[in-house]
Parts: sequence; structure tokens; C-alpha cells
Amino acid sequence: MAQGSTGGLSGLSGDAQAFVKLNSLTKVFGETVAVQSVDLTINRNEIFALLGSSGCGKSTLLRMLAGFETVSSGSIYLDGEDITELAPYERPVNMMFQSYALFPHMTVEANVGFGLKQEGVARNEIHERVYEALELVQMSPYAKRKPHQLSGGQQQRVALARSLVKRPKLLLLDEPMSALDKQIRHNTQIELVRILDQLGVTCFMVTHDQEEAMTMANRLAVMTEGQIEQVGTPQEVYAFPNSRFVAGFIGSTNLFEGVISVDEPDHIMIDSEDLQRPFYVDHGVSEPLGMTVSVSLRPEQIKVARDKPEQEHNWAHGMVSHMAWMGSYALYQIRLDSGKVVEANMPSQVLIQAEPPGVDDEVYVSWGRDSVTVLSS
Amino acid sequence: MIPARVRRGAAQAWSVMPPYLWLVLFLLVPFVLVFKISLADLKFGIPPYTPLTSIKDEAIQLTVHLRGYALLFTDSLYISTYISSLKMAAVTTFWCILIGYPMAYYIARSPDSVRNVLLLAVILPFWTSLLLRVYAWVGILRSDGLLNGALMAMGIIDAPLEIYRTDWAVYIGLVYAYLPFFILPAYANLVKLDTRLLDAAYDLGARPWRAFVSVTLPMSMPGIIAGAMLVFIPAVGEYVIPELLGGADTLMMGRIMWTEFFTNADWPMASAVTVIMVLLLLVPMIVFQVNQKHRYEHERGGA
Repeated sequence: MAQGSTGGLSGLSGDAQAFVKLNSLTKVFGETVAVQSVDLTINRNEIFALLGSSGCGKSTLLRMLAGFETVSSGSIYLDGEDITELAPYERPVNMMFQSYALFPHMTVEANVGFGLKQEGVARNEIHERVYEALELVQMSPYAKRKPHQLSGGQQQRVALARSLVKRPKLLLLDEPMSALDKQIRHNTQIELVRILDQLGVTCFMVTHDQEEAMTMANRLAVMTEGQIEQVGTPQEVYAFPNSRFVAGFIGSTNLFEGVISVDEPDHIMIDSEDLQRPFYVDHGVSEPLGMTVSVSLRPEQIKVARDKPEQEHNWAHGMVSHMAWMGSYALYQIRLDSGKVVEANMPSQVLIQAEPPGVDDEVYVSWGRDSVTVLSS
Repeated sequence: MIPARVRRGAAQAWSVMPPYLWLVLFLLVPFVLVFKISLADLKFGIPPYTPLTSIKDEAIQLTVHLRGYALLFTDSLYISTYISSLKMAAVTTFWCILIGYPMAYYIARSPDSVRNVLLLAVILPFWTSLLLRVYAWVGILRSDGLLNGALMAMGIIDAPLEIYRTDWAVYIGLVYAYLPFFILPAYANLVKLDTRLLDAAYDLGARPWRAFVSVTLPMSMPGIIAGAMLVFIPAVGEYVIPELLGGADTLMMGRIMWTEFFTNADWPMASAVTVIMVLLLLVPMIVFQVNQKHRYEHERGGA
């Protein structure tokens, strides 16, 4: 695998790497369209995350990839081969289930070896490969146990070993961390990425947890109402969301409604009812003058201070209505004079140096010319 | 004041009382009574057996008669009846599994709305008395009955089949009567089988049949065993069905007991037959239970 398995393979690399290809994939249940004409490309050795809230169709999409759901229309290509019509047991695809779905009546060893046994692999080779897989997830000492004798984290490792042992061309992960405690989740995510990179597995995961998607994925897609809203690297999608939905879904944001009132070559101005002064936006916006747009302002881009900022634009006056220490940063909710409540994160480091504003204190919020994203949809 | 711990212990003891009380009242006490009669001898009068203890010359005499048991183990009729009963119950259980399991599986996999109708259909026969239903089989299986009439009309057979008053008729009646007792526990087990486990099996390359054999079947074993016991145990002592459908040479415990009690009025003999039958069923069950418990504890403790 010449491409190597480094993180950060971006989607810009062209079609040569297209390993999994979904062509206008659609799934209809009776009257409802669960997945609507989805086109997606997943590159070789990439960890791709499909992100969406429950009921957005992401699980249906995953089940179509695994072969558990038939496809209403469209096609799925894996490594150049059309697998749309193949039964689940004929696909070179394995899945780690959200509930792990370990066979409760079998030992860990038998669970991991199950897939190889179906393939008719020789007994001693099964044993060898099972222990190799268990070694990989550090579960070989538990080979003789039954699933109910393991903790949640251990069960997840076994489920991972079971889905990797057949060396699938595509690994599917269904909400991989949702059954784990929050404390061990983060480390497990990093560990999982390490294992997948080490093996060079192409992986498609489905999650509702944007943090999980950002931590693990090389690229991600945001899905809502059966359609893909945006595809890109986590950085791209976070920094340049293409819709209000994505801006709100990936991280939290403050959204303002406004109208473009000035359109100059180097900047534009957007009037908003929520602010006394218009937004002054530095970078290029293609929307025409007079158009109604949304402005997304991330909480961490907002500076909270007691003193009036020196800049002419991009600030507002308000009162702290709520404040919470989150550890590395403090979360402020500030009611602007217009009545609009904005959220701001201030690094604790900065706050400790001065006397931090508290609840009911009058403050000024401000932001830079390049720190907002203008959205037309 | 009673310490809280003692009170809680007492409450716990009380909460497990009802099943034990039930077992003592309706299983242990009757069994002891029957066991007592089985150790008596025949006597004319009421009751028609000798007392176990008597007071004579200021001494309590305990008289144990083993006539019933002696006869049981010497008269080949009883021994072959035991064997025949166990065999008929085993064959009935086998057919109930063979017919009932696919039915239970089908019901468990049906959509909710259909499932309740199908379940009702399984339970529906219970709304009619067993006697009536078995009697209906007489009408079906007789030489000039429905079955033979239909088969002859279709030209499949020339002469009527001899089913009524044979072991075949008893098997048909037993399987018919006990099938729901197998289907219900098997269904209860199959319906809660996590279908994601089957998905996992398919995902790992198992074809549907392999997935059934390696996942569904082993996981539904408790349901199969429960259903099999519910069929086997009452079938061994069944009286009505062999009496109505069986021939004179159909040997089953229920009929022997009936004959001893009501025809011969030999209560001690009938009791001895009963005691041995209960032991014959109870001992293997206890061994099985203890074995299961050991295995379970071994798995838990083996961690």
C-alpha cells in the first residue's frame, strides 16, 4: 500500500485513491426516504466518519454498506467491484457493532475465530490468526473467557479483533465508543486510530458524536435528513462550514441573521438586528449586495473584556448572564443590549491574569475581521 | 428494637416463602401420603389399606409392606409398561421439537401484528376440553373416519388405514395435545434472541443455515429444554389419550394406575407404581439441574 497510512490524507488527492464509491445511493422505507441519492468516495487506508444526529439516515447507509439492507437505487463499489447486490456473507466487509454483538455462548477465542471458521481456514491457522488479532488489542490473556465476564472496554476490544481478523477490505464501525464510559473514551479513540493506521485498514464509521469524528477521522461527512451536507477534513468542515446546519452541528456557534449592506473589494459589511454595529468581514464573500445571510461566530473567537475595545467594528456591549468554569476555558453566556444571547469561551490562562468578569457584570464582546463565516444556506 | 439487618433477612425469607409453601403443600405432602399408602397392604374396608402404625400391647408397631414394590420389579408387565411409557413420551417429545420448533421460530420472526394472531391460534385449542378434542380424533382416525374417507376418496389408498386403537393414534394424540406446551417456551426464548447476533454472523461470512446452527440453535437451547420437559413429564403419566385412542396393547403408566386404583381397588399397588414413576422423572431432572448449576458456577468462577 504505497500511499502509506498517515493521518491527514485529504480529499483532494483525486479519484485514483477512490476505494469505496457510493453512486446516488438511495433507500426508501415505504413512504419515507431514509437515504437520498448519496454520493461518497472513501479513499484507501482512510478513516472516514459519517456524522449526523439520530434518524438522519446514517445507520441505514451503514447497513447498506454491510449488506443488511437492500439498496433501493444506486450502487456501491468496493475496490473496483460492484458489491451492491452481494449478501452480507459475500462481502469483504466486516463490522464492529454498536452493541458489539459478541456471541454470548462462545469464548473470546471462538468469537474471534468465527469468521475464519466460516471461510474454512485450517484449524491451526485460525488459532494463529486469532491470537495475532487478540495480541493486537491486548486481549490474548482473556481468550478463554466468555463475553459476560469482560468489562465494556474489553468487549469492545474483542469486537474489534473479531472484525479485523478476516482482514476486511472495508471496516465498518457503528458508534464505536457509545457504550464506553466517558473517561476511557478518549484514550480508546486514539488507540483505535493507532491500530487502524498500523494495519492500514480502510474504515467507515458512523457516529453522532462530533468530537469522536474529529478525533478519529481523516475526513468526515455531515449528514442530515438522508442527505450529505458537507464532506471534508475535520479542520475544513469546522473552519468553513457550508451551511447553518453544519456550523451548528460541528462544534457550537453563534448564528446571526443579517443583510449585506456594503460590498467592497477587500471587505463587506453585514447589518444585523442583533448588533448595533455591522459585521466587518475581511475575506471574500460571493453573495450579492442586499442578500440575507447568516453569520457564524465560534465561541472561542469571541473575546470578553470589561473595557471597551479600540476597534471600530465587530464588538458589542452586554451583560454576563451565566458563567461556568470548564477547566481549560470558561464558558460565558452574555446577553447583548439587543437581547441576543451569545456564547463565548475564554481560555482560563487569560482569565486568571486579570480579574475575570462574573455574572451580572457589564462586558464588551469583540472578534476579529477574519473570524466569522458567512453562510447563505 | 429488632436490628434492621435481621428484619431485612426476615423479609427476604418471607418473600421466598410462597413457592416453597406451594411445593410443600401440593407436591411434598401428597407425595408423602402416596408413599405411605404404597407401603401398606390391601384390606377390606375404608380406607382399603392397612395402617402403617398400630398400637398393640402398649407398643407402637410399624408395619412396612413391600408387596407393591416387589411386584413392580418382578412382574414383567410393570417393567415393560415403564419402558413403553418412557419410550412413548420420548417419541412424542421428539416430534413436538421437530414440528414445534419451526412453528415457534416462524411466530417469533413474524411482525408484531401477525405474531399475536398466531400465538392466539396456538393457545386457542385450550379453550375446548382436552377430552373433547381427543374424542374428535377418534372421529378423524377411525376406519370409517374423516382421514380414511378423504384418502380413499382421493384414491391414494384402497383400504382404510388401521390407525385408531394403535400406538400410532396415541402418538398423534399426544403430539397434538402437547405441541403448545413446547411451542410456548420455545417461542418465549426465540423472540428475545438478539437479531444483531445473526447480523454479526452473516457479517462474518456465515450463510443463513450456518448462522442458524451456530447462533440461533445453541442460544435457544434453554427454550428447547424447557419445552421438552413440559412435554415429556406429563406425557409419561398420560391417561386420557392412550385410553381413548390406544389399543388394548398400548401400555402406559396412566392406564396401569387407573386399573390398579379403580378396577382392582389396589391402592398400595397403584401408589407404588406412582412413587416409582415420580422418582423416575424427578431424579434425572434433579441431576440435570445440579449439573447445570455447576456448569454455570464453573463459568462464573473460572474468570
